Amino acid sequence: MLPTLTNTVALLAARVPIPFEAQTTRLAEMLSLPATDVQNAFWTIAVGALCAVCCSLAGCFLVLRRISLLGDALSHSVLAGVAGVYLVTGRVDPIPMLLGAIAAGVVTAVMTQFIHKTALVPEDSSIGIVFTSLFAFGVVVVSHASHVHLDLDCVLFGDLSFAGINLHPTFGWLVPESFRTLVPTLIITLLLLTICWKELRLTSFDPTLAVTLGFSAGLMHYLLTTVVAIVTVSAMEIVGLLVVALLIVPAATARLLTDRLSTMLWLSCLIGVSCTTFGYFLALRWNSSAAGLTAVVAGVELLIAIVVSPKHGLLGRLVRTVRLRIRICAEDVLAGLFRRQERSDAPDTLVQASLSECHILAGNGLLAGPAVRWLRTRHLLQQVGSVTSLSESGLRYAQSMVRSHRLWEAYLQENFNLPPDHLHDPAEAMEHFIGPGVQQQITEELSQSAEDPHGRAIPDVKKQGVN
Amino acid sequence: MFFSQTLIVLTGTLLLGIASGMVGTFAVLRRRALAGDVVAHAALPGLCLAFLAFHSRSIIVLLTGALLSGLLGAISVSLLKRFTRLRDDAVQGIVLSVFYGGGIALTRSIQNHYRDEPGADLESFIIGHAATMMQGDVAQIAVVVAVTASIVVLLFKELKLLSFDEQFCQVQGWSATGLDILLMVLTAVTVVVGLPAVGVVLTAALLIIPPAAARFWTDRLSIMMMIACAIGGVSGVTGTLLSAHFDGLPTGPLIVLTSTAFFILSWIFAPHRGLLWKSREVTDLEMYLPWVEAGDDVPHPSTNSGPPIATQEVP
Repeated sequence: MLPTLTNTVALLAARVPIPFEAQTTRLAEMLSLPATDVQNAFWTIAVGALCAVCCSLAGCFLVLRRISLLGDALSHSVLAGVAGVYLVTGRVDPIPMLLGAIAAGVVTAVMTQFIHKTALVPEDSSIGIVFTSLFAFGVVVVSHASHVHLDLDCVLFGDLSFAGINLHPTFGWLVPESFRTLVPTLIITLLLLTICWKELRLTSFDPTLAVTLGFSAGLMHYLLTTVVAIVTVSAMEIVGLLVVALLIVPAATARLLTDRLSTMLWLSCLIGVSCTTFGYFLALRWNSSAAGLTAVVAGVELLIAIVVSPKHGLLGRLVRTVRLRIRICAEDVLAGLFRRQERSDAPDTLVQASLSECHILAGNGLLAGPAVRWLRTRHLLQQVGSVTSLSESGLRYAQSMVRSHRLWEAYLQENFNLPPDHLHDPAEAMEHFIGPGVQQQITEELSQSAEDPHGRAIPDVKKQGVN
Repeated sequence: MFFSQTLIVLTGTLLLGIASGMVGTFAVLRRRALAGDVVAHAALPGLCLAFLAFHSRSIIVLLTGALLSGLLGAISVSLLKRFTRLRDDAVQGIVLSVFYGGGIALTRSIQNHYRDEPGADLESFIIGHAATMMQGDVAQIAVVVAVTASIVVLLFKELKLLSFDEQFCQVQGWSATGLDILLMVLTAVTVVVGLPAVGVVLTAALLIIPPAAARFWTDRLSIMMMIACAIGGVSGVTGTLLSAHFDGLPTGPLIVLTSTAFFILSWIFAPHRGLLWKSREVTDLEMYLPWVEAGDDVPHPSTNSGPPIATQEVP
């Protein structure tokens, strides 16, 4: 760390221009913080964001292709590639090591398939065998070579917190050293996405169709594996082994929020960037590991998505279920009141019921109260004191419910030859889901639609007016 | 002193290898191999929280915390699978990385806050540090191994049924869910016991590799389990000896590499399943070619003991 710091200081003294220096300085004045701190934070966030975007873009395809664990395996085995190159060349050069890491990634993917096919173990075990062995090899070599720049701590935890300090002149600008690997990685990832967009999309969602149409699913698999290996190895120095968290978790979160691939891609990038940014600030606050907290933030965001996701979230599902239950209870009250009126001595006068009787008709459960309120707000039920009666529109609604019920009973009897005591229960469930269209269709199909199997008249909404 | 310390570590890694061979056999057959990996990674935050709560490095305290959070990880996997539309692989990756991230953050903060307190270097649990094993630790490992072994022996028949035919197991009146949970707990316990020696990242390898190697040699569960235990035990001992010999090389990865060597040897040389044997089978088939080309019936191997030898005349 020290040599590069002095290096940075020397370069600062030599006035190599730093992009956005004026803006960060102004921000520092506004927040009354030291200018260097704000500048470090700015660059750290930039490095984290770049890293997160690369990982999220590649990770979306891992999640969609159900090979997320390949990302996990790659993050482990990449170490073996780096270590292997060191063992052969005895030096720490970025380019050969990158190539070694990519080779290790491809070897992992190929070996996993090969072991799965030739050995008698399931696929998850074959992944486990390959990546743990390669990682063990990497750890042994790295701890053997601990005197050189290969640092096991860096591999395990990354050093996002230092990424903003370690500035380096590139093309006449003083930018973080990690940009030299991350920017090309992003370009490669974007190139793969733009050139092979159609093929990637097709092979991810329907590999069989892709092969039938003449696209090689295997080629896309290995291309993607290579890109994931490149992303993993460049992100590794920032977040260490936890690169798997950045690969999978934001992509999975985005998957929960949307059903469109393009939306999923930019959403996962946004989520990933927020993870690294919050992770960095929390790490500053608690004096902890930025990579670890990035993963934790990603997990929290996933939990939030699970709960509040509009279409598939737990909260949305709960609300929809409760609404449906309330409607069903309310419709049960209407139908019950109508039947009571039908049975009474004066079927043409509106029947009255006490509030507690309504609650009993609604099943007397937790939702009975809301169900009666549902009816009142829609003016289907009139209430005077504690006495309720159907309103005009309520009577029409009730007639329609009972009509649906009895039509369904008649339909079941005519087409399924069920015994009479088996007709009520299914009709009781179905009546809530039969609209006017289905009523019409059933009426047309029935040989007679005047009476239900129990001999009661099927009320006709159009004919029977209300007095 | 050195000798006795090495002996202690050797006993510990031997027992560990045997236990993981035993439990791993079921884990591999039930396709739960990576569940062990998830449990191992998920154990790290619990271990740190146990340290924070009790300020003790007693292995039993730390490992209890580890076990609880490992099991919490396993439960989260099934909950996420139940309540979201995410697939198995994504769910495992998520739980593994998020729990592990939490663990990393906690170890780092503990290290920064309790710099002066001895034993705050919980980061040694990530790669494992077998050399610091104490006699008490080994005794505790021995107890766990004994309990695991007796459960496996007592319920061998039921676990075997579960591994090969879950439906039949249920039809016979055994609770498949109960046995499954039992197996999960056994896996978690074994993984957690292995943490101090082999570390969070590599413990799963001990569960997977020896049984996978043993699978080449036999089709019988009991024999496979014995071979897996043997490979696990021998790997443990060899890895420890190698680590003692080459000073500075970590024990855990060496144990894993030794068992990988066993796997590769089995993969190549095992009778009937090994790569060599398979390549010979292909040449055997090629020896039938003369009959096929002549349009005759190929002599059936059962009527003609063994494959036809090359000197035989083509009719």
